[in-house]
Amino acid sequence: MTEVTMTVNGKSVSRAVRGNELLVEFLREQLRLTGTHVGCDTSQCGACNVHVNGEVVKACTMFAAEAQGAEVTTIEGMANADGSLSTIQQAFQDHHGLQCGFCTPGMVMSAAALLKDNPKPSEAEVRHHLQGNICRCTGYHNIVKAIMAASGQDVGAIAAE
Amino acid sequence: MYGFEIERPTSVADAVAALGADEAQALGGGQTLIPTLKQRLAMPSKLVALSGIAELRYVRREGDVLKIGGGTTHGTVAREAAGNFPGLAALAAKIGDPAVRNRGTIGGSLANNDPSACYPAAALACGATIVTNSREIAADDYFQGMFTTALEEGEIVTEVRFPIPEKAAYTKFEQPASRFALVGVFVAKYADGVRVAVTGASNDGVFRWSAAEEALSGSFSADAVAGLAAPDGSDMISDLHGSGAYRAHLVGVMTKRAVVAAG
Repeated sequence: MTEVTMTVNGKSVSRAVRGNELLVEFLREQLRLTGTHVGCDTSQCGACNVHVNGEVVKACTMFAAEAQGAEVTTIEGMANADGSLSTIQQAFQDHHGLQCGFCTPGMVMSAAALLKDNPKPSEAEVRHHLQGNICRCTGYHNIVKAIMAASGQDVGAIAAE
Repeated sequence: MYGFEIERPTSVADAVAALGADEAQALGGGQTLIPTLKQRLAMPSKLVALSGIAELRYVRREGDVLKIGGGTTHGTVAREAAGNFPGLAALAAKIGDPAVRNRGTIGGSLANNDPSACYPAAALACGATIVTNSREIAADDYFQGMFTTALEEGEIVTEVRFPIPEKAAYTKFEQPASRFALVGVFVAKYADGVRVAVTGASNDGVFRWSAAEEALSGSFSADAVAGLAAPDGSDMISDLHGSGAYRAHLVGVMTKRAVVAAG
């Protein structure tokens, strides 16, 4: 076992971890932050996406020990300080950007990473950025729409399909 | 996954020392190795994570050479190489997906030498030098077949030196599920000639297409490639995504597109 210390959603945490303990196992099973989902466990689906030092990564394809000293943000850390939904989360609700909701935490984390670097992405850029996020309800259209709306762009022209 | 210990040294020297342990293995970004471990296809006693080594993360130009630290992620290369070597930055920007690019490293990709990976095409087409903790290896000597390189046990890729070409481009025909190259071609034009490297196609991994190099060194145009016979597809990768003959055909198509993209 290795002792790791990291900051998760603004709080410092220290725990002993196994060598082969994945970051997503650490988050879900040790910290009980179950908002980060495990969809495929093979790096394909992006449901486990979290931010590590501000960059989106797949928590199923990184070891907990590698997050030593890192700043980790999960979906539980995305709401505003008063508990209300963040702009991106609210946009997903307003534009029906989810069906079953399983992929949603990863989608929100990816969207937040995109908008941090590219505050006004084109629709094509949003779709390109979401290549590593799979929605098996195939509800991509409204997800893209929600992200465009969260970036403050007019989504009236994005017709429903 | 089988059980193993993990170490996270903060210097190359400490990593080399840690890799001296029996059945120890280096862990770059882990975007290939971790899925491999999950499938129990590897059973190291210890993983030596290179992600804590700050001295392995940089992109800097020295004269006509772009030097990239072995632990530099694809995402960083995509951003920081864009000004000095846009063809390489564009290659890095299309590996995997954003989350994969934030973990996967150039050193890890070159050490793994997946026959469908993108970076080997760039390294071979540019005649890059692969620098390790103990020596410098020319790309022409480095790639030795599918998942096989000149690296010895415990040797770490610390830097990759790319001579910056006059013109270059990489075009990839993507396998859409994995976004690895079904066929990818990197074309690099230098003052003394053109080099063309192909990934994704051959059972022997990345290779140089010498007929195209000769034709393009005479005339750097898509027409120069148009008259060439496709390379022999009989020993190329044949799988459910495409036959060897199909891949051989794609080599010509993607080379032409790369020449056009290089301008």
